[in-house]
Amino acid sequence: MRSGVISLIAVLFGLLAGAVLMAVTGHSPITGYMYLFEGGLKSPERIGDTLATATPLIFTGLSVAFAFRTGLFNIGAAGQMLLGGFLASAVGLSLDLPKPLLLLVMIIAGFVGGALWAVVPGILKAKYNVHEVVSTIMMNWIAYWTVYYAVPAYFKGEFLETESKLLPEAATLNVPFLSEMFGGSYINLGLFLAVIAVIVFAFIINRTTLGYELKAVGLNRHSAEYAGIAVNRSIVLSMVIAGGLAGLGGVAQYAGNAANIQIGILPSQGFDGIAVALLGANTPVGVLLSALFFGLLYSGRGFMNAMTEIPPEIANSIIAIIIYFAATSILIERLVRWLIRRRSSGASARSSAERKVD
Amino acid sequence: MDYAVEMLDIRKEFPGIVANDDITLRLKRGEIHALLGENGAGKSTLMGILFGMYQADRGMIKVSGKEVRIGNPNVATKLGIGMVHQHFKLVSTFTVTENIILGSETRKGLVLDVKTASKRIEQLSQRYGLNVDPHAKIEDISVGMQQRVEILKMLYRDAEVLILDEPTAVLTPQEILDLGIIMKNLIGEGKSIILITHKLKEIKANAHRCTVIRRGKTIGTVDVASTSELVMAEMMVGRSVTFKVDKKAASPGEIVLQVDSLSVNNNKKCLALNNFSLEVRAGEIVGIAGVDGNGQSELVEAIAGLRKPESGSVRLKGEEITGLSVRSRIHRGIGHIPEDRQKRGLVLDYTIAENMVLEVYHREPHSKRGILNKAAIKQYAERIIASFDVRSGQGASSIVRSLSGGNQQKAIIGREIELNPDLLIAVQPTRGLDVGSIEYIHRRLVEQRDKGKAVLLISLELDEILNLSDRIAVLNQGERIGVVNASETNENEIGMMMAGVTAEGGGEA
Repeated sequence: MRSGVISLIAVLFGLLAGAVLMAVTGHSPITGYMYLFEGGLKSPERIGDTLATATPLIFTGLSVAFAFRTGLFNIGAAGQMLLGGFLASAVGLSLDLPKPLLLLVMIIAGFVGGALWAVVPGILKAKYNVHEVVSTIMMNWIAYWTVYYAVPAYFKGEFLETESKLLPEAATLNVPFLSEMFGGSYINLGLFLAVIAVIVFAFIINRTTLGYELKAVGLNRHSAEYAGIAVNRSIVLSMVIAGGLAGLGGVAQYAGNAANIQIGILPSQGFDGIAVALLGANTPVGVLLSALFFGLLYSGRGFMNAMTEIPPEIANSIIAIIIYFAATSILIERLVRWLIRRRSSGASARSSAERKVD
Repeated sequence: MDYAVEMLDIRKEFPGIVANDDITLRLKRGEIHALLGENGAGKSTLMGILFGMYQADRGMIKVSGKEVRIGNPNVATKLGIGMVHQHFKLVSTFTVTENIILGSETRKGLVLDVKTASKRIEQLSQRYGLNVDPHAKIEDISVGMQQRVEILKMLYRDAEVLILDEPTAVLTPQEILDLGIIMKNLIGEGKSIILITHKLKEIKANAHRCTVIRRGKTIGTVDVASTSELVMAEMMVGRSVTFKVDKKAASPGEIVLQVDSLSVNNNKKCLALNNFSLEVRAGEIVGIAGVDGNGQSELVEAIAGLRKPESGSVRLKGEEITGLSVRSRIHRGIGHIPEDRQKRGLVLDYTIAENMVLEVYHREPHSKRGILNKAAIKQYAERIIASFDVRSGQGASSIVRSLSGGNQQKAIIGREIELNPDLLIAVQPTRGLDVGSIEYIHRRLVEQRDKGKAVLLISLELDEILNLSDRIAVLNQGERIGVVNASETNENEIGMMMAGVTAEGGGEA
């Protein structure tokens, strides 16, 4: 609850700072924001695109948040997402199955790919106490180069060396009824998968013995060990789940929002996931909401750019400023407390003054 | 009257709890003033207010007769108030000098001037008889020395009023005596000291006056010389107390724990416990006496399954458990009150309810097929809270971090006893606790014994070992020096054995 308020204040400050930036560069903040939000929400198609943009962010946000709730800092969501997406694409391009079955296998492959990329840092952490920040970053680059090599070697696109073949219709998360409902948007089944992931995340963290164990290990490894919880297993498992979530994000991105993989790019959603988790206070619903908000900013900034002279970098700056405020939530907390105290002391001063009058 | 510090009608509320309810404390110049109270009585809060860590909701603080507002610790330092915290705030890879000047470094141009500083530290050290080497690294010196560094830190900043928070909790008996001398030197030089403690012996030995607080209220300020320990204890807990543990003779039954020529390494891969054998029977309390760091921790960890022994075996009720996991040992009936309640015993950011099921969350009724049953967990926790008198702001849903040390400990003890273990290992069960809680915990341990459980007690407090144990095993440098019957021994004999002198003819093998 309290962290929700802080996130809202962070968002507000970020938007205010963005307004100042726009004003300083000689543009009207009101028209700027109008076009920004219109760009994300104006028509069903734009709403659908906003939701689709948010989908991979939900997954990577959940990935980072899950790791964080269990005491781990997963910087490797980008690599996990890329590899999950790659593995899913490989399945989609290689197997010839009916669509529902193929999608199911691809989703599993995506989860496995992400999990595989996270299990290595997990084991390194559990066995040799290698810090996961270092090892997950390393794994990002291994994923980057693996895909860089494997896509041209095995799944070369028809026209370009730098991207994979397009996925066949049966292997994409796009379904006609969704696209039609949202006026031709590229929204896809990934969104439903993301909502399911949010629910499963919340359930695991709050209601299961598994979540209890993982959180205990994250909060105090020594007392978890003392209580007979298998600490090393828990660390590895946390990473597997976090990585799997990021891998699903890869499925949503490369088999939903896009229909192929480009080489030479680490997906920015992997790193944005850190910001999403931070703004969402590492809670599942918070992640969902903050991912939607980020999706809105990302999908609206193009429209803002087209309709005004405001550079799209302003939208990025707003995101960055929001992240700063979310990261320094302690300052906001202090501000809130200070305001409350001032008001209450003001009130008590007033009431005592009144008493004197009596 | 010349008061160094006056705290008048201080009130401080935290959510759900009034920590200080109009407390008044007056510190005369040049006196040692003890602040006595149970855990959670509000001592730390009161001193936190004086040191600027909290702001009082109401009340007035005067320093040398002038009213002041202490907004943060820097203000307190400027006013000449210094605090030695229970947990030292030192950088272990820095030298004594570097630690002391940290935050008020002397400079020569842009360069740190360590030489002048260390000279001044040396002078201060000599003047107050502290005997600290300014060039030693913190990690190389003893805990007692580290505490002196903390005191020097205050003196270096010209503190006139020193607050010592539970200074003896971490010291050996000899170091405690030395600290007494240091405090006398300090007041001899005109400093004033507030001594936060709940050890009556030390108040009696060192303090001039004593202010007693209970549940956030001032009970009174007494002259220590003319007040007996018993009276002070009663003021503190609000009822009459006994220092002796009331217990009848033990009636030992079957062997519950059998440790056989156990050798265990410590973290540095050196042999910390050497060929140690011991048995604990049902219905008896066996105490392990020894100076800290003589293999006690390694022994306990090997029995609990937290550390792999090099050789030897551990049996529980005749069953070999040497290779079993921690969890299966808990299942087989080992309860363990760990030495460090915050590091090992509790997940501080979990609620009381969540902490109470730390070892049993995976069993019915607390969970079923991997799904937690929060209602059952809460009920279980509330039962422990009620029967072990764990006080907190919001009952079972309080975050454990917000509990006082004594209540945290009571929660752990409640949790372990609720497991109904055949063997209860209690390591320093009353460390840092007040008389009331100690008495209570001792009674609970004896009660376990009388229910026919085996209790293994490890403590650095000789009084506690002598009071509670039926038999006492003495450890010195990882070796068993001897085992004696508590009724046939005394402090001197145990003390000698702790120093490594073998008992002659005392006890059984």
